[in-house]
Amino acid sequence: MGGMHGFGPIEPRQHEETFHADWEKRVPGLVTGATRSGAMNIDSFRHGIERMAPAEYLLASYYERHLLTAELNLVEKGVLTPREMEARIELLRRDPRAAQRREDRQDAERVVAARLSSEAPPMADASRARYQPGDPVVTRTVHPHGHTRLPRYARGKRGVIERFHGVDTLPDANAHGRGPAAEPLYSVRFAASELWGESAEGLGSVNIDLWESYLEPLEDTSA
Amino acid sequence: MSHNPEPQPYPALRAQAIESLLVEKGLISSDAIDALVDLFERDIGPLRGARVVARAWTDPAFKARLLADANAACDELAIEGLRNRLVVLENTPSVHNMVVCTLCSCYPWAVLGLPPSWYKSAPYRSRAVIEPRAVLREFGVELDPAVEVRVWDSSSETRYMVLPERPSGTEGLSEDELASLVSRDAMIGVARVTAPASSQAA
Repeated sequence: MGGMHGFGPIEPRQHEETFHADWEKRVPGLVTGATRSGAMNIDSFRHGIERMAPAEYLLASYYERHLLTAELNLVEKGVLTPREMEARIELLRRDPRAAQRREDRQDAERVVAARLSSEAPPMADASRARYQPGDPVVTRTVHPHGHTRLPRYARGKRGVIERFHGVDTLPDANAHGRGPAAEPLYSVRFAASELWGESAEGLGSVNIDLWESYLEPLEDTSA
Repeated sequence: MSHNPEPQPYPALRAQAIESLLVEKGLISSDAIDALVDLFERDIGPLRGARVVARAWTDPAFKARLLADANAACDELAIEGLRNRLVVLENTPSVHNMVVCTLCSCYPWAVLGLPPSWYKSAPYRSRAVIEPRAVLREFGVELDPAVEVRVWDSSSETRYMVLPERPSGTEGLSEDELASLVSRDAMIGVARVTAPASSQAA
């Protein structure tokens, strides 16, 4: 939604809370459970959200979207069946006490330890990078049906490579079970005037992290 | 567990159904779900990022290491849980950095905790890239036209945190006192850090 108009003011003081309801607090754990089951990775999680009808997407809260993609991925990968879900919802509707807990302190410790472990980012092996900082590039004009992390407002735009991050999993492949293909990842700087033309606010730029296959070299035509 | 006589809204029931099935299948325990919420609500918060900022303000060699490799620098301060590459962006009198995720709501949660609702909202995600100065004005930050605004759209698993400018009048403060001045919003890049009134007067 980068660059779209019409969503109104931000009103940060009215929107400080992180959760809107108690059930939302269960969602991080459900997402962890779905990930542990092997049914979902970070990219198929995001792609599930992107498959929502746009009108529904805009109406749903952050955790409603997370819940939806967790269920979608769990059902699509066969961990849960739609019939199981319907039956369980019906059961809980009739008898809220049917929601049983399973205590397992060790499991809780494992989950917390996993979240608190630090993971060094992949080594930045510059020999794999086609572009160097300072190289001018242009983003491809593509509109794929599947998942991508090339924002719509930055397609077909000229930018400059600012930083080579390393070689990272390509979301476009990983979201669809084709992975983990890895590609060089760069931070690319775009002048505000390139992205927004006469609507640009003034002196500024937007940096976007982009994978190598999103980019093409920009031939120097000034000579 | 308390009994709620009112009918539950639909997502609440759905979340309960998924939890109950995942628990039954042994994919996660109720304790683990509780522990994750507690971790995010109680243990991980913006004080972690504020400690990093205060150290960078008081130790130039640390600041240099932080800007070069923020993951390694956070390790020095025993900040756990950096699951992503972290990049720290330095604000200066001529450059103002701010962070957004237009595609979803990626956030440097290991140093800032859970994101506030406004960060995840359509107004912030849509407007931060096209009219950052207008957005900053809504947060009470007025930038001189000569200041360059750099917006960072977190489109990959790399996360960004802003190193705000140290306010004048804070020369005598300890590292802990400095950390207490640094707000979450300043580290997202939508606020400035201001000196406490007492030290401004001094």
